[in-house]
Amino acid sequence: CLENTDPRTRGRGIQLLSQVLLQCYSLLQEKEVLHLVLFYENRLQDHHLVIPSVLQGLRALSMCEVLSPGLAVSVLKAIFQEVHVQSLLQLDRHTVYSIITNFMGSREEELKGLGADFTFGFIQVMDGEKDPRNLLVAFQIVRDLITKNYALGPFVEELFEVTSCYFPIDFTPPPNDPHGIQREDLILSLRAVLSSTPQFAEFLLPLLIEKMDSDLQSAKLDSLQTLTACCAIYGQKELQEFLPSLWSSLRREVFQTASEKVETECLTALHALSVCLSRSVVSSDTEDLLDSFLSNILQDCRHHLCEPDMKLVWPSAKLLQAAAGASLRAYNCITRSVLPLLLEQYTKHPQSSQRRTILEMLLGFLELKQKWGHVEEDESTLLSLQAPVCSVVFSALTDPSVQLQLVGIRALTVLGSLQGFLSPSDLELVVDHLIRLALHEEDSQSSKAAMEAAGSLAPIYPKVFSGRMVPRLEEELQSGREEESSRDHCSLQQRCLQALAAVSTHTSIVRDTVPVLLQHLRKVQKGSEARNAQDVVSVCQSLHRVALQCQQDVEGCWYYHQTVVPCLLATAVQAAMQESTHPLLGKVLLEEEVLAAMVPVISAATTHLSPELAAQSASHVVPLFLDGEVSFLPQNSFPCSFQPFEAGESLEAQRRLVALLMAFVCSLPHNVAIPQQERLLQELLALSCSCNCPFTATTAAKCFAGLVNKHPEGQQLDEILQLAVNRMEPSLVEGPRRTQALTLLLWVTKALVLRYHPLSSHLTDKLLGLLGDSELGPAVADGFFLLMAESPDVLHKGCHANVRIMFRQRFFTDNVPKLVQGFHAAGPGVKANYLKALSHVLNHLPKPVLVTELPTLLSLLLEALSCSDRVVQLSTLSCLQPLLLEAPQIMSLHIDTLVTKFLGLTSSPTMAVRIAALRCAHALTSLPVTVLLPYKARVIRALAKPLDDKKRLVRKEAVAARGEW
Amino acid sequence: MVGPGAGGGAPLENANPLIYRRSGERPVTAREEDDELPDSIDDREIFDLIRTINDPEHPLTLEELNVVEQVRVKVNDAESTVAVEFTPTIPHCSMATLIGLSIKVKLIRSLPERFKLDVHITPGTHASEHAVNKQLADKERVAAALENSHLLEVVNQCLSARS
Repeated sequence: CLENTDPRTRGRGIQLLSQVLLQCYSLLQEKEVLHLVLFYENRLQDHHLVIPSVLQGLRALSMCEVLSPGLAVSVLKAIFQEVHVQSLLQLDRHTVYSIITNFMGSREEELKGLGADFTFGFIQVMDGEKDPRNLLVAFQIVRDLITKNYALGPFVEELFEVTSCYFPIDFTPPPNDPHGIQREDLILSLRAVLSSTPQFAEFLLPLLIEKMDSDLQSAKLDSLQTLTACCAIYGQKELQEFLPSLWSSLRREVFQTASEKVETECLTALHALSVCLSRSVVSSDTEDLLDSFLSNILQDCRHHLCEPDMKLVWPSAKLLQAAAGASLRAYNCITRSVLPLLLEQYTKHPQSSQRRTILEMLLGFLELKQKWGHVEEDESTLLSLQAPVCSVVFSALTDPSVQLQLVGIRALTVLGSLQGFLSPSDLELVVDHLIRLALHEEDSQSSKAAMEAAGSLAPIYPKVFSGRMVPRLEEELQSGREEESSRDHCSLQQRCLQALAAVSTHTSIVRDTVPVLLQHLRKVQKGSEARNAQDVVSVCQSLHRVALQCQQDVEGCWYYHQTVVPCLLATAVQAAMQESTHPLLGKVLLEEEVLAAMVPVISAATTHLSPELAAQSASHVVPLFLDGEVSFLPQNSFPCSFQPFEAGESLEAQRRLVALLMAFVCSLPHNVAIPQQERLLQELLALSCSCNCPFTATTAAKCFAGLVNKHPEGQQLDEILQLAVNRMEPSLVEGPRRTQALTLLLWVTKALVLRYHPLSSHLTDKLLGLLGDSELGPAVADGFFLLMAESPDVLHKGCHANVRIMFRQRFFTDNVPKLVQGFHAAGPGVKANYLKALSHVLNHLPKPVLVTELPTLLSLLLEALSCSDRVVQLSTLSCLQPLLLEAPQIMSLHIDTLVTKFLGLTSSPTMAVRIAALRCAHALTSLPVTVLLPYKARVIRALAKPLDDKKRLVRKEAVAARGEW
Repeated sequence: MVGPGAGGGAPLENANPLIYRRSGERPVTAREEDDELPDSIDDREIFDLIRTINDPEHPLTLEELNVVEQVRVKVNDAESTVAVEFTPTIPHCSMATLIGLSIKVKLIRSLPERFKLDVHITPGTHASEHAVNKQLADKERVAAALENSHLLEVVNQCLSARS
């Protein structure tokens, strides 16, 4: 049938043969291939109906490895000659491109033998291509032609024409496009072609300049990005001719554009140009292009810098900085002219807002300098200006304007990080300024910035800071005892503590500051006034900050742990003992907020210890609590013994210190064995079930949960859990300690849910059951918040807890159906508990998961909106708001209910609910317009009322929502 | 006459205007978070409403161009009156009416109905001050202007939040 006279039948025959070949091309022998190739080449002259099948066959053959030399060339020649590719269908054109790609992959040498004819043939093949799928392949082929050094011969311009006619790409994929080609793919592959060779430069650059003038923003962006890409391979030679027009285009865009994107791309392009010019070697006889280019820029931008109030000042500064950031040479060239100008302008303009603008520009240039770090002598520009720069910065620091001060502080930080820039005497001046700003500046922003600056400069000059700043702070801290009551003094002490913490960024400084802080802690604790608790808390906050800063440094961390933990424990234990004899003294340290402030200190001091050191420390701390082993504490002569786990009324104070134990053991790394763990667990369990003080009971429960979470799998764990369940169950049913039992249950459940322990589902079921309890129900509902939220002190990643990813999703899929079921079955009095629990779970779920689960839950959420509990209302509203933005289609179905409910809630008595409801009403505007139109008049009328709300924050949301409608 | 002359390639009337610093977001005070206490509508609140309006010509807000200032906003919450003065950047600015209209529309949309609005040009800052003030004070002309869909689009553009 291959010789049948009807071309259709012939076509079918060849199609069959081609299909067979596509299946088995790898099995063919060389001779067979030769024969087939000759046959197919011959068939190319056949009727046009036959051609598609012929091309398929050739594609199969082009994948054969045994193709004898010379055949590839002859196949391609035949195709180029016989087939008019652009009159074929898309699929067949694609086949041709595949054949070429295959040959280019396997027969590179032979094709190169064809010389420029191959390039020319290909240009003819691709000329006029329109389909994006084929274009992607074609662009790839062109790129290979260029990068693999095929001979382009006289066809450079043709090749450029045939590709550049697609620039800039204007293609929007049709909706539901199965091929998934994005506009971005085409843009990138075309850009790769255009920027692949300097040979295109003379044609491409005028095109880019022309497209930059286009009105279309996408065309502008594409041209700028392509220019940036080109600069990576171009040299002076290619750019020279076009530099003036490139610069004028870039300048025009930056000066006039409204779009930040265009501005950024312009600056990137200018930076790339400048990098490119700096890279090339200067030959002695030609003029240096970089110099002339930069002097052009300087000429156009310089005068704008002298008008700090005008609109063009920042665009000019940004242009200069983009050019200067390219290389050291460019930097020197520009700063030589700009820095003196800025310094002069600073003195000329006395207003602080103008000075601030000037200083900010100066800062920008100084920051660029950091890129090259320490460069030797020839950086004379900056060094020669050292004195005026310093005096300008110092004058900014003493200016009354806070904004100017802030910029001055940032400039100071940059100057400090330029090594060798500040002389020792300047440095002392810097430290003095920082102390003054940190302690005595009224504005808290500057003071905070000064502390941060001190913190970042301290590691560079540790000696100056520990020698000059720490003693000054210590002095201030101690000085004020005479005029105790004044509020100024109080805030000064606060500032001192914060500054001490901020400056502790280097190990040697930590060794100076920690003793000062601890000494202050002991001093404050001895006083007995009410505000001492506040003082202790702030010392603890400072200690915590220091702990976080020295966590990364092994030595510093161990020093810190060794110094701070025993000291804190000792003072606390001492306080607890004293209380049993003199009930009035030393109480400060036992207050809940103080203990709560000490927890993060100990925890932070422990989490980053190496396992050996942590084990060593554990062998001291655990016996202290179990056996009253006090020998490792400093000043360990106590009047009576320390027995926190013993029963007895008088020991209540000692029991509170379990919080400190919790902070320590729950922060230990995973692999540290805790001595006497089983006994400890049992004691904690007993304490949490039996203690009357809610603080102690909760802490013990948390500590127990923290240990259970890290306990290795096995029989021991099962036993201890069984024990816990046995103790909890009876007291949950009835009795005076139901709340304690519930707290324990919640924490243990959390510990197990986090590690996917099989028992966790049993415990959650118990919690779900308790939701229907009239007495404990509300507490259980709130407990779901605890289960889902990140807890600040135990059971989180930071303290090495065993937290599996996605535990929230898992909890959601396991338990939400049960919650919904429980809701429908529950009596009217307790329905709210289920809704509340549900809304807690939903609130902590990642939004993408929520959106997919939405349809099943939406009716329940809508019901929750009518619930009178405002916590439920609030969390439901905050759940619905993102959904409105992300899943408008589903929400549109319920528009009527939503509008009614939201508008109803805008007159809720609670401000937070009103605000959330208005936000939701605002979010409604993201639904399709056709859905909204029927409600427009009604909503706008209804939103007029909250405009006159008595609370400003509500009015603000109402204005936003109404404006949008 | 009001017309959207800014678009396209037409040269700007004032290409390099003075720009002023934006005031930050109003800090939320403890009092405002207290559910019980009422907050009265004050100058700053009105100023916050109009300071973010975009200029029809520049990618800048009216605040940055110093067209509106907080000291030129007068509010009396008890008597329900608001008076706003605005200052065109140059005395012959053709956009003055459009700016005034934008301020007026923003306030109409954002204030309770009880307020009586008065928007006018700061005395002595515009060539045809009187005519513009008259246009802005005339309720029917404002209403008629807003019936013009083309004009309404331009006003909405000025009022829309910056992308």
